[in-house]
Amino acid sequence: MAKVVGEVIIDIERCKGCELCIQACPEQTLALGKAINHKGYQYVVKVNDNCTGCVNCAIICPDAVITVYRKSLKPKQEVAV
Amino acid sequence: MAGEVLDVVAEDIVRPENLVYRRPSALLDVDMHYCPGCGHSTVHKIFMEVVEEMGIQHDIIGVAPVGCSVFAYNYMDIDMQQAAHGRACAVATGIKRMLPDKFVFTYQGDGDLAAIGGNETLHAANRGENFLVIFINNAIYGMTSGQMAPTTIDGMVTTTSPYGRDPKTMGYPLKFGDLIAPLPGVAYVTRQAVNTVQNVRRAKKALQRALEYQKQGLGFCLVEIVSNCPSNWKMTPVESNKYVQNVLIPFYPLGDIKVPEVKK
Ligand SMILES: Cc1ncc(C[n+]2csc(CCOP(=O)(O)OP(=O)(O)O)c2C)c(N)n1
Ligand code: SF4
Ligand code: SF4
Ligand code: SF4
Ligand SMILES: [Mg+2]
Repeated sequence: MAKVVGEVIIDIERCKGCELCIQACPEQTLALGKAINHKGYQYVVKVNDNCTGCVNCAIICPDAVITVYRKSLKPKQEVAV
Repeated sequence: MAGEVLDVVAEDIVRPENLVYRRPSALLDVDMHYCPGCGHSTVHKIFMEVVEEMGIQHDIIGVAPVGCSVFAYNYMDIDMQQAAHGRACAVATGIKRMLPDKFVFTYQGDGDLAAIGGNETLHAANRGENFLVIFINNAIYGMTSGQMAPTTIDGMVTTTSPYGRDPKTMGYPLKFGDLIAPLPGVAYVTRQAVNTVQNVRRAKKALQRALEYQKQGLGFCLVEIVSNCPSNWKMTPVESNKYVQNVLIPFYPLGDIKVPEVKK
């Protein structure tokens, strides 16, 4: 089975801290940070390295703040777990 | 465990060939003024995705309303015209008739479309004007701080129905899409939402479908989006999307209300 890994880039100055992406993420990759941006909003940060690139967060984000990358990794050999 | 395959660094993933979502290019690279979590922003975003994907950025003209989305033309990188409150369908009629080869749409709130503009919207629909109406139904007058709209549902508290809407004295909530669907000039009426990932995907498809019908000259298309207004509903954005799901959608069920006969 190929494993899929993802990465999100968050435009923190444009984030309004609405938390809809946090709610929509099935992996709990995202959380609201403590710092604030130039608008005075707490913005979202990545807190776990487990993003699968499913794009849920980007689709629900009203302000088009999130860019998503996804890569499929083909293991060199299948290893039974 | 296939441990080594997990040792992948961000730089290996963040590459152009791995890009799966980015901000649509037809959405201008500026901050939108909407409140955090407001569905207006989500609809702007997905509609600009549709415009970009269909390659019609230079062939579409929008009409912005009065309401919170009065500045829609500051965000959509397309030709747009501002209409007086409620008059978007009248303005769009003129534009589409003079420039029939352009895609034309109005973008209107429920107050704009169903209250002050009820007359214009109804008659444009009845004339079968060949444009798209994007109808953002948040069941309230958002811009003016939360008065009751024709779409406010039974029992809903607003600044002008502080004890909840009572249809006996305040009238019944109006389902505008259902009202116009039987008219022969109306080609497509659908009700969608943007409160969940799945609903956002469906709403985007409906918007695209409506533009395809317009291209075929089928007539008036209305895409209603049951949306939120966290600020005037006095909820967090997450709570407001749950309210859409649990309270508004049961009254305003999602799905197609009228679809055109398929032309083969
Ligand atoms: C002729 C006129 N009457 C009244 C107003 C005040 N007004 C501005 S926006 C609005 C209602 C907006 O509600 P809606 O169309 O639902 O848009 P929303 O802000 O909820 O998206 C009203 C009554 C106005 N600007 N012009
Ligand atoms: S892409 Fe999916 S897994 Fe990654 S942060 Fe967004 S919602 Fe979570
Ligand atoms: S959905 Fe967008 S604006 Fe809202 S918190 Fe997440 S990144 Fe920020
Ligand atoms: S007042 Fe309501 S409709 Fe207007 S921008 Fe704020 S949340 Fe959106
Ligand atoms: Mg409204």
